[in-house]
Amino acid sequence: MAVEPVTLTSVKAAPNHGRMLRERLATILPQLVLAPSLFATLIYVFVFCGWTIWISLSNSSLLPDYSISGFHHYVELWSNRRWTIAYTNLFLFTSLYVIGATAIGLLLAILIDQRVRAEALWRTIYLYPLAVSFVVTGTVWRWLLSPSTGVERVVHQLGWASFKFDWLVQREMAIYTVVITGIWQASGFVMALFLAGLRSIDPDLVKAAQIDGASMPRIYRRIILPAIGPIFISVLVVLLQFAIKTFDLVIALTGGGPGIATTVPAIYVYDLMFQRGQMAEGAAAAIMILLALSLVLVPYTIWKNWRERREAARG
Amino acid sequence: MASLTIRNLNKTFGSVAVLKGIDLEVETGEFVVLVGPSGCGKSTLLAMIAGLESVSAGEIRIGERIVNGVAPKDRDIAMVFQSYALYPTMTVRANITFGMESRGVPKQAQAEALARVAALLQIQGLLDRKPSQLSGGQRQRVAMGRALVRDPALFLFDEPLSNLDAKLRVEMRTEIKKLYQRLGQTTIYVTHDQVEAMTLASRIAVMHQGRLQQFAEPRTVYDRPANMFVAGFIGSPPMNFLPAQISASGPAVLVLEESEGQGTRLPLPDDVAQSAGDGRRVLLGIRPENLTRYDHRWADEKPCLGTIKAPVEIVEPTGAETMAVVRIGSREVIARYEPDAAPAIGETVTLAVDMAKACLFDPATEMLI
Ligand SMILES: Nc1ncnc2c1ncn2[C@@H]1O[C@H](COP(=O)(O)OP(=O)(O)OP(=O)(O)O)[C@@H](O)[C@H]1O
Ligand SMILES: [Mg+2]
Repeated sequence: MAVEPVTLTSVKAAPNHGRMLRERLATILPQLVLAPSLFATLIYVFVFCGWTIWISLSNSSLLPDYSISGFHHYVELWSNRRWTIAYTNLFLFTSLYVIGATAIGLLLAILIDQRVRAEALWRTIYLYPLAVSFVVTGTVWRWLLSPSTGVERVVHQLGWASFKFDWLVQREMAIYTVVITGIWQASGFVMALFLAGLRSIDPDLVKAAQIDGASMPRIYRRIILPAIGPIFISVLVVLLQFAIKTFDLVIALTGGGPGIATTVPAIYVYDLMFQRGQMAEGAAAAIMILLALSLVLVPYTIWKNWRERREAARG
Repeated sequence: MASLTIRNLNKTFGSVAVLKGIDLEVETGEFVVLVGPSGCGKSTLLAMIAGLESVSAGEIRIGERIVNGVAPKDRDIAMVFQSYALYPTMTVRANITFGMESRGVPKQAQAEALARVAALLQIQGLLDRKPSQLSGGQRQRVAMGRALVRDPALFLFDEPLSNLDAKLRVEMRTEIKKLYQRLGQTTIYVTHDQVEAMTLASRIAVMHQGRLQQFAEPRTVYDRPANMFVAGFIGSPPMNFLPAQISASGPAVLVLEESEGQGTRLPLPDDVAQSAGDGRRVLLGIRPENLTRYDHRWADEKPCLGTIKAPVEIVEPTGAETMAVVRIGSREVIARYEPDAAPAIGETVTLAVDMAKACLFDPATEMLI
């Protein structure tokens, strides 16, 4: 009698033990797999950010120099006319680009949502620009917009000799060519995001609103667009961070010119750090871009977390 | 309030005919239930009445007016959807008043209508919530409120209770019935639940494969189903069918073809036998409650009582009654017993058949004789 319980427990314990090990392995395996990339990201983000901040406070010129010398590079930065032009351009470009791409993308999405014929074809056409890299987009549009090769030349050849479309080479107007090109590239993507949202709307909502006597514009304004509100935020965030980081599009389209008329902060950073050997001031400018990005992304992350928590609380 | 007249209505999607020649006359103040199996075209018919689907052929009249080409908002209807279709970003209050706002009803009148409906449906406490903060039953009420806030010519309901759990469904069914008795509005109500159809309707329209099978009072649809489809669809458990032959030599009887021995003979009311014709082959339709344990005392009360002997194969207690599946020839037939008198499996029982309630169907056309 005394022996029996012992054998019973040992027989039971063996498979139990094995299963526990397997279960534990199953729970830590994802973490194990993710660890290297997480580690790399942490280093990439925090270490390099920290390094850049340090450099911006130092006296580095051509090569890094780690002796701290204070905030005077930031002061210099903001008294530099080229930097203020870059920052003004950024605000102008960002606001027009975001508003334009959102409006056109939304319009396209609404049009396609009316069950047009050959819908897949339209969708593909509008999505194509996104597949083209910024450099190619910039180059092609430079040809199109340049007075000597593009639209103006074609119209001239057609016989309208006084036609003028030379924004690309005009100081005041060149930034708008960047806006147009940017919108061309992004609105298909925005359309895809909005279309997915519109398609997730219960068609009965529209029918109910029709019976309620609402006109189509009113149905969109009061029911459908509010229902896809979260998509507006996503679109806004994606476009904003596209805009703030803009670099290659401008380089390929205008090269920052004519003169410095279309300089943007990212070009400025690149120029100072890698062309002119003013590493500290370049780093200071990079930190300003980081600040601008965090102005967009931090509130977004907080909002997203808040929403998730609220949804979880609601069940 | 208004009547609804539908004449020879057809609907095709591409080459698929979904509705085939529907005729329906709904009188003012009637509660008509459209019932039928899934995919028979009920929602399509309702959507056409609402103006949400175009008419392929035929005519729809609300009152005296032909509405074939009239937009939904100008048809003077209110509709409750199966999914409720509450506007997700609006409060309950805004959901209910949205229609009036769109039609430019003055604020004061809006508030009065809202208060009336909120009191009627007892949703005063929910007015400032969003639909996502409501339970299923509450959403259902709000959806009803949105329809009731107006005084339309026609109420349309598309399976309004099918998303509720069984208990709540029965409760809301009773409430809808009460509401109708109070308001007396002309109503078209779609469901595939035949109990809802029986309890709510002043008349039932049974549909199948895009055709109207029968349009009559619930009692008539139940007692005298127009064809075998209706007989099988309305009633649970469904009506039993047994092949038989009429014999009018002497007192009229029905001879079951597939019963044990030389064929069981069941008495038949003379008028039925005469109208059907001697020697005709038919299908006997008999509901489970008219097929039950034989009791001697009935001999005088029920003039047309026959008996069948059959072995019991399965016994299914449901609480209030017990269903016994017996075998007659090659067919399984369901009989209804009082729970106290339920038979045992394998026992051969004598069943009383109330032939006064029997229906005879033509085997070829499946129509009621
Ligand atoms: N837009 C459409 N295009 C093509 N076929 C359709 C369309 N809408 C409905 N149908 C078809 O019409 C038939 C009837 O559909 P309907 O929705 O009216 O059925 P129902 O009786 O309401 O069924 P349920 O009880 O499942 O709601 C179905 O066979 C369906 O496939
Ligand atoms: Mg339906």
